[in-house]
Amino acid sequence: MSVLLIAEHNNKEVRPFTYNAITAASQINDDLHVLVLGHQADDVAKSLSEVPNVKKVIHVDNEIYENYIAENYTAAIIKHAENYSHIVSSANTFGKNLMPRIAALLDTSQVSDIIKVISEDTFLRPIYAGNAFATVKSNDKKKCVTIRPTSFDPADKSGGSAEITKSDPAEASSSTKFLKKEEVKSDRPELGTARIVISGGRGMQNGENFKLISDIADKLNAAIGASRAAVDAGYITNDHQVGQTGKVVVPDLYIAVGISGAIQHLAGMKESKIIVAINKDGEAPIFSVADYGLEADLFEALPQFLSELNKLNTIQK
Amino acid sequence: MKILVAVKRVIDYNVQIRVKEDGSGVVTDNVKMSTNPPDDNAIEEAVKIKEAGKAKEIVAITIGEEKAQETVRKALAVGADRGIHVKVDNVIEPLAVSKILKKIVEKENPDLVFMGKQAIDDDCNQTGQMLAALLNWPQATFASKIEVKDNALEVTREIDEGLETIEVNVPAIVTCDLRLNEPRYASLPNIMKAKKKPIEQINASDLGVDINPRIEQIKVEEPPKRKAGIKVASVEELVQKLKNEAKVI
Repeated sequence: MSVLLIAEHNNKEVRPFTYNAITAASQINDDLHVLVLGHQADDVAKSLSEVPNVKKVIHVDNEIYENYIAENYTAAIIKHAENYSHIVSSANTFGKNLMPRIAALLDTSQVSDIIKVISEDTFLRPIYAGNAFATVKSNDKKKCVTIRPTSFDPADKSGGSAEITKSDPAEASSSTKFLKKEEVKSDRPELGTARIVISGGRGMQNGENFKLISDIADKLNAAIGASRAAVDAGYITNDHQVGQTGKVVVPDLYIAVGISGAIQHLAGMKESKIIVAINKDGEAPIFSVADYGLEADLFEALPQFLSELNKLNTIQK
Repeated sequence: MKILVAVKRVIDYNVQIRVKEDGSGVVTDNVKMSTNPPDDNAIEEAVKIKEAGKAKEIVAITIGEEKAQETVRKALAVGADRGIHVKVDNVIEPLAVSKILKKIVEKENPDLVFMGKQAIDDDCNQTGQMLAALLNWPQATFASKIEVKDNALEVTREIDEGLETIEVNVPAIVTCDLRLNEPRYASLPNIMKAKKKPIEQINASDLGVDINPRIEQIKVEEPPKRKAGIKVASVEELVQKLKNEAKVI
């Protein structure tokens, strides 16, 4: 049987994690179909049809799919579910909100947030904030799986030419209404996919001091992250939070500034290739995962860091 | 309005998890347990709504072994009116939890069901959405702000891109984010009073739902350890290492 992937997009463009989920989904079974639910999202369907791993795109166009209303999405997905052995999506706030609703209606026990496909029915997933890895085997006939995007490389985006078929919408829910979305616009790379991330914690002391971080982020073309403490204190908005209940990032370089390193934060960044910790408390747990630790006052270290970067002839982008 | 709040007993968030040597799970014996943190936010929000005169009764429910009752007792101490403890001996999956909760909802007829957005032990993030599906109720997940209106809630949700606001008709399920509110501590007099509040005990086996596992846990292992790093003496050394040794900038 085939795998059905639910695409995440903004009606114009495919959201990047969809490509990571495609890689994982095609490891489960290479007969991979992608469902695009959207409003005037023809470009999205077309882009996905060009992904070599995708065998078929099902496109449902209706205004009720303009925003992600889980109730509306679920009704449409259930209509297609009988043709598939697996239904998959990214384990970000999109898939986390949506997939359990589908799974319950299919009477399937969902496998959340997998980091490895072992076989069609067996997966590896982190539990306890990544402090243990569980190998789990789903015995349900139909499987609902969400995929940790940063654990899989994005699929190639061009070279394929899958067929696009149109399908009818399902009924809309009358009990949920979309009111608004407050999206934080930024010219910086996305936190989830950035090559370099620099994050600030409670040690930043206030929101204004995050300028020290953003100056370096500009220089390194890095995304800006934060610990939960910094978000809770209002220094920075929630979309920057890295950790067990925030985002999981796996950049080439993660710079943690003024972050003590609670296990909940480590859960979101400890798979990064190179970790740098800057903290004045030499005993802070963040140093236990850092490749390079600098015990220093961040208010002295960050300006020095910027001036050292300015001295370099070249910086990788 | 009547609010049902589901709470789960988990290993305390400060405990460093140890994986059992035989790979069968993590060590839970003699480990500090407490209420799943976002479930505390769910209770707090229900209590605030009641204090604002918009809810009449709060019922706290947990599903688990005998000791899981402690989480209900704690909810009673911060303002829930009565409790329900559904007894199960083994760990059950979110699908089974949502089937049990559905039975309780049918019996209790709450207008709202609140719970944390995810449990910090299995990190599944499923139960609220599943319950909403089984009841065919609207869902508002990852809530960081809730406004009670006439027969509806306006809920601000934390999503990857920022914030989203939706309106859901009552009855509805809300899963709570950690930033929804600041959970209060129970005062000693309230802890004493909570001891007199009733907790109804129900055996899961009497509810007539299939709670058998669908997922086999084949093994649990420690994640690969990072190899120890070094401390650098200066910012200059750090930048040189990043440039010439790690080659990441």
